[in-house]
This record gives sequence, structure tokens and C-alpha cells, in this order.
Amino acid sequence: MTATWILLILLIIAAASFFLGRARAIACAGGDSRALHSLPGHYSWATVLVTLLPALLLLALLEISAALTPAGTLAVVILALAALAWSLRRITPVFRARATVERGVLALLILAACVAIATTAGIVLSMLFETLNFFVQYDWREFFLSATWAPRFQGGSELGFLPLLWGTLYISLIALIFAVPVGLFAAIYMAEYAGRRIRAVVKPGIEILAGIPTIVYGLFALITVGPLLRDYFAQPLGLGASGSSVMTAGLVMGIMLIPFVSSLSDDIIAQVPQSLRDGSLGLGATRSETIRQVILPAALPGIVGAVLLAASRAIGETMIVVLGAGAAAKLSLNPFEAMTTITVKIVSQLTGDSDFAAPETLVAFALGLTLFAITLCLNVLALAIVRKYREQYE
Amino acid sequence: MKDTLTETPAAADTAKIATRDLQVHYGDTHALRDVDVDIPDRTVTALIGPSGCGKSTFLRCLNRMNDTIPAARVTGEIRIDGEDIHDPRIDPVQLRAKVGMVFQKPNPFPKSIRDNVAYGPRIHGLTRTRAELDEVVEKSLRRAALWDEVKDRLDALATGLSGGQQQRLCIARTIATSPEILLMDEPCSALDPIATAQIEELIDDLRSRFAVVIVTHSMQQAARVSQRTAFFHLGRMVEYGDTGALFTNPADPRTESYITGRIG
Repeated sequence: MTATWILLILLIIAAASFFLGRARAIACAGGDSRALHSLPGHYSWATVLVTLLPALLLLALLEISAALTPAGTLAVVILALAALAWSLRRITPVFRARATVERGVLALLILAACVAIATTAGIVLSMLFETLNFFVQYDWREFFLSATWAPRFQGGSELGFLPLLWGTLYISLIALIFAVPVGLFAAIYMAEYAGRRIRAVVKPGIEILAGIPTIVYGLFALITVGPLLRDYFAQPLGLGASGSSVMTAGLVMGIMLIPFVSSLSDDIIAQVPQSLRDGSLGLGATRSETIRQVILPAALPGIVGAVLLAASRAIGETMIVVLGAGAAAKLSLNPFEAMTTITVKIVSQLTGDSDFAAPETLVAFALGLTLFAITLCLNVLALAIVRKYREQYE
Repeated sequence: MKDTLTETPAAADTAKIATRDLQVHYGDTHALRDVDVDIPDRTVTALIGPSGCGKSTFLRCLNRMNDTIPAARVTGEIRIDGEDIHDPRIDPVQLRAKVGMVFQKPNPFPKSIRDNVAYGPRIHGLTRTRAELDEVVEKSLRRAALWDEVKDRLDALATGLSGGQQQRLCIARTIATSPEILLMDEPCSALDPIATAQIEELIDDLRSRFAVVIVTHSMQQAARVSQRTAFFHLGRMVEYGDTGALFTNPADPRTESYITGRIG
């Protein structure tokens, strides 16, 4: 018998215990539910909890230790029934079922929090072990300091990560240079100038951008922005003849980031107290003076936080880069040249026939861990800035 | 029909502020009706009345702060020094520099004490050198009776001051743009009695240079600091006259009911 069947049986027992618990509680109160310490529903759930928990724990233990035997199955079912009988006997009018249910709820919430943390730890650990494997086979100084990225699957690869880091930072920088002013100005317009009706149209309009899948942005970069930049900027200026370029990917990624910056900044600007606006206007400042000198300084920490969140989003972006910037690992200052990023190389090292013992494959994990470290630092920085200044106006 | 207005009129040509047939609507609510008043210079004028009677609305008309509320509509005439403040040639931004306002809750900007006071002079370009600006900052803080308490920490954040100090800072900030009129909207309602006494003393001081108009919920405060008092009720100005006379011998039965505590 499989675990699915046992779960089904337990479910039936649980459903029965729900009604039995309630019936038992009302019976021992002599039919008057007001005489009970807790609500009848609490007795139902308390019975279900006590019935299911030990059986589920036993089931999990058996599953982990060995394949499930018929004897094990029987033991689980018997444990559930025994727990049901015990919990029914425990029910009296003074039994505090409400407290039992509260403890159950608390345990559930703690479990949910643990799942998130455990997953993060698991991800980091699995990356860490593969990364250590990689550095056993490949010198870490070469990886962090070499300026050449040339993997060869026959062996003898050069796996310097600097060109990839440079591409990542360059493209993200262009994206932010484009997205931050546009997003911020849009936010200022929406928070300070737009009337309610305009706001009701503009705000969802901008947020639609956030709902477009990044692969669609990538297509836009490939067939529209790339050729446009090549024909009207790169070729006339003599800077190159490539449709895929840092500029293409950066611009399109910038468009993707606008709603991030604008909607977070909009919320932050709206939180600046009206009394500060009144104070400034009352001193004879114009609206834009008020925004520049009072509102933006007051909202600055939050805006910096928003920008850093957008930055970690940009650093982790893959699809737009694959289609917009190409796959050539290069160290160059020319924004109209094709370059590539850490994320793109992770994908390309792991696709196809992967030999998980070769450094050419394992390097993906080292790259992934480095990327994780960069975005983690950015996020921590963003949180620290936001927290430090949060109480400035209160 | 207009309410009979009992007042000892200040001669219209000497009035600092004069309103005629002033009406304010917020959306569908008629918040202020038929206000005709002449407010003299170098006097403290108190506006009293129950909550929602229109006294704050009236105050916000005088520096056109109601312009910043989209639903507000102001009609009628307001003259300051004989000039209609709704005249298209008048820039509301300039007007607000001339008619300063102190708000109910102290609202210092999250900047240093110095930058708070220097804010107005900077945006209006009132000073040319750093030394001149420092002088204005000191003079304004002295006049707001705050200089001795903050002179050693002008670069500290203003939000770290106590409530009473913050409010005096806001008064200093307003004085720094050298206004001619000071509007105060319940300036002591968020303060403790000691801070309140300091601000009241300050208001009495300011009378020598400004026309002060103060909204207050406290009739004792009105009696202590003002020379003239206006009583508002349900959007109308019911009575306006010398403070002493209005409190000891009110002409209108509604005024009497309010100051003896029967309506409000």
C-alpha cells in the first residue's frame, strides 16, 4: 500500500474525529454548548490535531527510515485511532480546547517560517558544495582575477569571471541610469501633481510594464531596439555594427525596471506627511521647490532602497541579456559592443550535455554563488538604509 | 438675510486685512458664509468658536492656502493693505511669504535647525552672503525666544527638539521670511502648559511688529493674548469686537452661550 492510501485513510479518520469531537463535547455538556469552556468548533479542531499529528509524525519517520511495510501502515492507523480515542476521553466541559487550537495555529505558522529559511539555507549549501568542488579543480585566483573567459569542453579552459562581472555591472548601470530618473519623475508626477482621475489611468498603465514576461522584453530588444540603435547610433558614430549590445539590453532592462522604481517611490512619497508640504507652501515655496527641498530629502532613504532593489533585479536578469546583449564575454567600454553577463553564462554552461565533474560545468555554481552574494549584499544594504532612516519623520 | 453683526469697526482704510462677502465651499459644503471683517495691524486677533465653525477655513483664506485643496472654492473679496489678494497679478507664492502661517502640529522639516530657519530666506533669495543668512537665522531664533536653547546645536536635526521648541522653531522659520502678518492655527494645541505659556508670551511680543491672527480652542488663551476677538458659529462670524468687551459683555446670545459653555 502506498503513502497516498495511508494519507487518504488518515484524512477519513480526521474527518470522523472532527464530528466526533464536537458531538462528544456537546454530549458531556448536556446538550447546552454554553456550558462548555470553548466553542464547539474548538473541540472539533483540537480532536483533529491530537488525532493527526502523532500519526503523521510516525508516517514521516517510517518513510525516511525505510520503505513502508504493511506492519508500519497498520501501526500508523492504529496510532491515529488510539490518539482519537484518547482525545475524545479528554473532552470535558472544563477542557480548554481553545488553548490547544491556539498552540496548533502557532506551530503551523512557525513551520511555514521554517520552510522558507530552510530552503534558503539548502540552496546556499548545495551551491557551496558544488563551488568547493569547482575550486578543488580550478585555481580560485584564476577565477576571480583572470580577464579571459574561454571555456573549452575538451579541457584547458580559461574561466576568468571578470568579463562576466563587468558585463553584468555595465548593463545594470545603463538600465539604472535610464530607469531611475524616468521612474522617479513618474512617481513625483503621480504623487504630487496628477489628479485622482489621471492617477487612476496612469498608475495601472505603468504597472502593466511590470506584468510583461521578460522574454517578451527580450524579443522587443532583439527585433526593435537592437536594429534601431545599430542603424541610427552605432553605425553612424562608427562604434560597431552589432545589433546585440550593452546599450540595447540596458535600455530594455531599464524599461522593465521603471514600474519597480516608480511604484515603490510613489508609495514612499505619499507617506511624507502633508504637514511638511503645508509648512513649505506656507513659507511661500513653489510646488517644485517643496518637492526638491522638503519631500525628496524626506523620502530619500526609501527611494534609495527602491533603487537598490531595482539594481538587484537588474543584476539577476537573464532573458533580456541573452536576446539583447549577445553571448560574447568581453571587457570593453564601448556600449555598442556585444557583451554578456553572469546569468547568461550560467545558463550556457549548464545546457547541453553536462558533465557534472568537469570544471566547465561546475563553474556555473561558483558564478551562481557569486551572483547570490552580490544581490544579497545589495539587499542587506537596502534594508539597512531603509531601517536607519525610517523614523526620521514621526 | 445676514446676521446682525455687532462690532466696533476699525476704520476700513487703516485695516491690515479686510474681507467683504467672503464665502468658502468645500465640494458641496458651504463652510464659510458672508464674512465681513476688518483686522487692524499690530494687534492680536483671536478667532474662537466650536469645531467645524469655519475659523480655520477663514485663516487659510488669508494666505490662499485653500488653493492647495482641489475641492475648495473661495469667493468674495479679501484685501491686504487695500490690495485684492485674488487679483490675477498677485502671485500666491509671494503672498504666502508676506502672510506667514504657523500650524496646529509643529512641522519642522527633517533638516538641521539652521536649515529650517534658513529655508524661507533661501528660496526667496533674501540674503546674499552666508554671514547675512546667519544673522537672519540668529535674529529669527532670538525673536522666537529659542536662541539660547539651540545656539550651540544649530546643526542638529530639528526633529529632535521637544514639542514646544519645535513650535517656536516653526514660528522662527516663519518670521525669517519677514512677513507682515502671522497666521496661527491653534499653535498650542499639541503642547504642554509650560510650552503654551512660552508661546503665548512670544505672541504678545510679536504684536509690536506683526498683525497676528490666531485660531484657538481655549477661551482663556484668547482672553490672555488677544486684543480683538471674533466668534464663529456654523460658518458665520457671529460677533467681532474688543476682547474684553466680547468676553464680559457679549452682544449676541450665541456668543454668550459659547463662552459660558452651553454650546460648543
